[in-house]
Amino acid sequence: MLADKDRIFTNLYGIHDWRLSAARARGAWDNTKAILERGQDAIIDEMKKSGLRGRGGAGFPTGLKWSFMPKEVKDRPHYLVVNADESEPGTCKDRDIMRHDPHLLVEGCLVAGFAMRAHAGYIYVRGEFYNEAETLIAAIKEAYEAGLLGKNACGSGWHFDLYVHRGAGAYICGEETALLESLEGKKGMPRLKPPFPAGSGLYGCPSTVNNVESIAVAPTILRRGAPWFGGIGRPNNTGTKLFCISGHVNKPCNVEEEMGIPLRELIDRHAGGVRGGWDNLLAVIPGGASVPLLPKSICDTVLMDFDSLRDQKSGLGTAAVIVMDKSTDVIKAIARLSQFYKHESCGQCTPCREGTGWMWRVMERMVLGDARIEEIDALEDVTKQVEGHTICALGDAAAWPIQGLIRHFRPEMEARIRARTQKLAAE
Amino acid sequence: MPKVKINGEELEVPAGITVLQACELAGLEIPRFCYHERLSIAGNCRMCLVEVKPGPPKPQASCALPVGDKQEIFTNTPMVQKARNGVMEFLLINHPLDCPICDQGGECDLQDQAMAYGFDRSRYHENKRAVPDKELGPIVKTSMNRCIHCTRCIRFATEVAGIEELGATGRGESMEVTTYVRHTLQSELSGCIVDLCPVGALTSKPYAFEARSWELGKTESVDVMDAQGCNIRVDTRGAVVMRVLPRLNDDINEEWISDKTRHAVDGLRFQRLDRPYVRKQGKLAEATWAEAFAAIAAKLGNLEGGKVAAIAGDQCDAESMLALKDLMDALGSPNIDCRQDGAKLDGPRGSYIFNAGIRGIDQADAILLVGSNPRWEAPVLNARIRKRYLHGPCPIGSIGPAVDLTYPVERLGAGPASLRELVDGKLSFFEKLKAAKHPLVIVGMGAVARPDGAAVLAMARELVEKLSAVREDWNGFAVLHTAAARVGGLDLGLVPGEGGRDVEGILAGCEKGEISAVYLLAADEIDTKRLGKAFVIYQGHHGDAGAHRADVILPGAAYTEKNGTYVNTEGRVQQGFRASYPPGEAREDWAILRALSDRLGKRLPYDTLDQVRSRLVVVNRSFGAINEQQPGSWGPFGQGGSASDSPFVSPITNFFMTCPISRASRTMAECTASRGQAMAAE
Repeated sequence: MLADKDRIFTNLYGIHDWRLSAARARGAWDNTKAILERGQDAIIDEMKKSGLRGRGGAGFPTGLKWSFMPKEVKDRPHYLVVNADESEPGTCKDRDIMRHDPHLLVEGCLVAGFAMRAHAGYIYVRGEFYNEAETLIAAIKEAYEAGLLGKNACGSGWHFDLYVHRGAGAYICGEETALLESLEGKKGMPRLKPPFPAGSGLYGCPSTVNNVESIAVAPTILRRGAPWFGGIGRPNNTGTKLFCISGHVNKPCNVEEEMGIPLRELIDRHAGGVRGGWDNLLAVIPGGASVPLLPKSICDTVLMDFDSLRDQKSGLGTAAVIVMDKSTDVIKAIARLSQFYKHESCGQCTPCREGTGWMWRVMERMVLGDARIEEIDALEDVTKQVEGHTICALGDAAAWPIQGLIRHFRPEMEARIRARTQKLAAE
Repeated sequence: MPKVKINGEELEVPAGITVLQACELAGLEIPRFCYHERLSIAGNCRMCLVEVKPGPPKPQASCALPVGDKQEIFTNTPMVQKARNGVMEFLLINHPLDCPICDQGGECDLQDQAMAYGFDRSRYHENKRAVPDKELGPIVKTSMNRCIHCTRCIRFATEVAGIEELGATGRGESMEVTTYVRHTLQSELSGCIVDLCPVGALTSKPYAFEARSWELGKTESVDVMDAQGCNIRVDTRGAVVMRVLPRLNDDINEEWISDKTRHAVDGLRFQRLDRPYVRKQGKLAEATWAEAFAAIAAKLGNLEGGKVAAIAGDQCDAESMLALKDLMDALGSPNIDCRQDGAKLDGPRGSYIFNAGIRGIDQADAILLVGSNPRWEAPVLNARIRKRYLHGPCPIGSIGPAVDLTYPVERLGAGPASLRELVDGKLSFFEKLKAAKHPLVIVGMGAVARPDGAAVLAMARELVEKLSAVREDWNGFAVLHTAAARVGGLDLGLVPGEGGRDVEGILAGCEKGEISAVYLLAADEIDTKRLGKAFVIYQGHHGDAGAHRADVILPGAAYTEKNGTYVNTEGRVQQGFRASYPPGEAREDWAILRALSDRLGKRLPYDTLDQVRSRLVVVNRSFGAINEQQPGSWGPFGQGGSASDSPFVSPITNFFMTCPISRASRTMAECTASRGQAMAAE
């Protein structure tokens, strides 16, 4: 269990004031100038050593990502873009950072922007997060007034401007290249990669898109050192992480915990346990809607980090733990996710545009049992035809929950089909 | 050059190309829907997936992936096959199975590729998507249920045509291709999206349910609706021209043609002259060829040459113009002209052709338009200028009509006075032209088809010479004609001989009674009221202005009905082939003149088309080089003196109706009705 002294988000629950003076009292903006004086390469190196992996879902090493930016600024400016379009079902960690501890993010933007030689940063905030955006804007204003941003930010000599842009409410705009398109004023549709944003991103300039949490933890990592952060968690899955626990638990919550904490401990200790006791657990989606669910047998022992969940053919994703107890119609739950992906597919590329609708419609019939047993195989085949064939990862995200369902709950699906067939035959 | 291995075979390919292009070099066909050579890469259909090593363990879209050295590409692995079959299945689940009533049937990419990658039954048991059709105007018919969202039409409209009216609304499977708030398409190139559409979502409205592609005879030809000489394919069923499609020619039209080129051909069915007529007691009466020739012989037999005149029209083939010129020479008449609009062009060849060539536009780094609206005078050429604008910095200035050319233009003035200022270096745009390595000055008919045209022309020459734009490796003087026949006519010397009259002189002579007989070779763009009491012989294919005034009508062949030679605005000689026969008793034009000459006792020295063509080369050697642009000689031309203050005006007031064929076309009439207001607004 994470010790209080190792917490980065000390105002996660909004008990204290979010404003600058209070944030400073908690340690934010503490001698940021000294961090910047270490130089870009040292900062990136420290980030690499800390082992921080991107908190947006894919888990790509953050320091490595920063190092992809060109080493000098040539004819095109560099940009930092922060992905605050937190729309993954079950996830609400960035929201709490922005509304309760915005200065961690603002300071992180300066540090990250400096490290990637950017003079401008954009925070793309989910459209529905109106109040959060307002708080963030107010925090940025405070930082400007205190000389922490703008010309000669923190007295470092570095010029850094930070802007907040509100999205219009599309899930797909959380995909990094769709986010860039949207930020440029276009329809939010993912771009083809390559070129990657570090080569040609926002307005065709070198850009890096990071999740809010990845940026917000950076200043603390740099202040306390890579060994401290790297010492928490497990090898290759280091540090602390915000977990969002929702669903059939007694006390749904957001909590900062050590990476690699056992799932059962996480739920029991912080969320008051599963409704009706651990044995009442049916399944858990461990990382937001996009990852395959885990049945209770795996949940008993699995550790919450990137690698151990990957070994169970699931993923840490955004670490949004969605708990389902035995009262859940798990087929219906996954069908609802399929409807979500069908609704949020951008429509650009064929497999996702056509496949999400197809999968959802079949899933709706699976809920009723209005299908043939072979259609489960056909459905699985369709998910395989979508997975890996699309421009962005939304196709994968739509396919995985269904794959997880079929992998772990195929008997339930078959039973429902048989029950309906028998019922019809009896009539 | 990177070396790649495609299906195990090593191949050296040019750097910077895509994997798809590399596979094509290796002779492998990669299925695709969204990818198109002349449009930006969308990568959204996912049909072109291939396996690439090194790379992620999933198939890659080959259209968007650059080749790299030591790359291994596989196009025939189970992974690739499965991916393509999967994409094909997805494309088909919401595609209606209405091929039997779909106009794209037989030339449909989806149909063809479904043969290779499709499955013979569907696993999709849900309802299919229904999408409301869109109204895109008189040219493009939509059947949006069939749309596979490749976005080729959107990219064409945005990139090539330069109108941002087409786009996609909605998300996911609710995505729809549509125009901006129910606009119809306002581009002169809108018909091209029908060619680009890989399925039957966008089909040709005038051609709807008319024919099947496999029933059609296909003939390669050259367009005469403007002076660009776009390469076309004429599709006929029996004697009827069903449609016109573009042919690929990177030197001229790439693979675009204008809506007029494509859809004016229904005019070939209406208002046709299918037999000779002779005016008797003030009324035109049907006649035989012999009677018509007799009437002509009776009139011309007693006339001295100076009292006879001839005017050649804007769409004539070189062969018939040569025969006309030879006949006039034989009759002793110097009164001949091919410039119905009165353009003051008769200098050395370099003074009346688009010297830089249409390809030269790609090379130009500063462009000046003088008295031209290329969007209407040559829409495909205009798209080429837009392409140049998109490619990189290239200042474009215009002296002439204020119009939206689909790219930003610095308007420098309206008339000759502004041109004078520019030539004298008083406008800042002069510096931009001066700084350019390849400045291009495009002179339109609006600048030279006016009484002071010679003075304007002289100014334009002064400008290019001041800019050193005429040199060994570059000739930036470019005349943009509007008449397909014009350069050919000038090449053949269809200008007044010594003491001869030009069009204005001929008409004035008719009014005064000094000209007694006028031979109109498909010339309809003159003021026929001014022909006075002259005896008018009209040879042509449509009952248009000239035929109404004629005393004798000789029915000729339209451009699709004869083997003809045309010279486009850049001086490129091209041949079109006969796609169908002229109606009724109408005949090929050069043969009519040849037969008439015999009747007049001045037999022309050729009996076959080959002999006429040999004589073409004798008259002007450039006719010997087919499909090549012959450089024009340079020398003094134009005339000093002052030019008037009146602004340059483009000769085209309605893009859709500029010739007898387009005036007879119902489709063009519909276009005029639906877009007339938009044009007036511009």
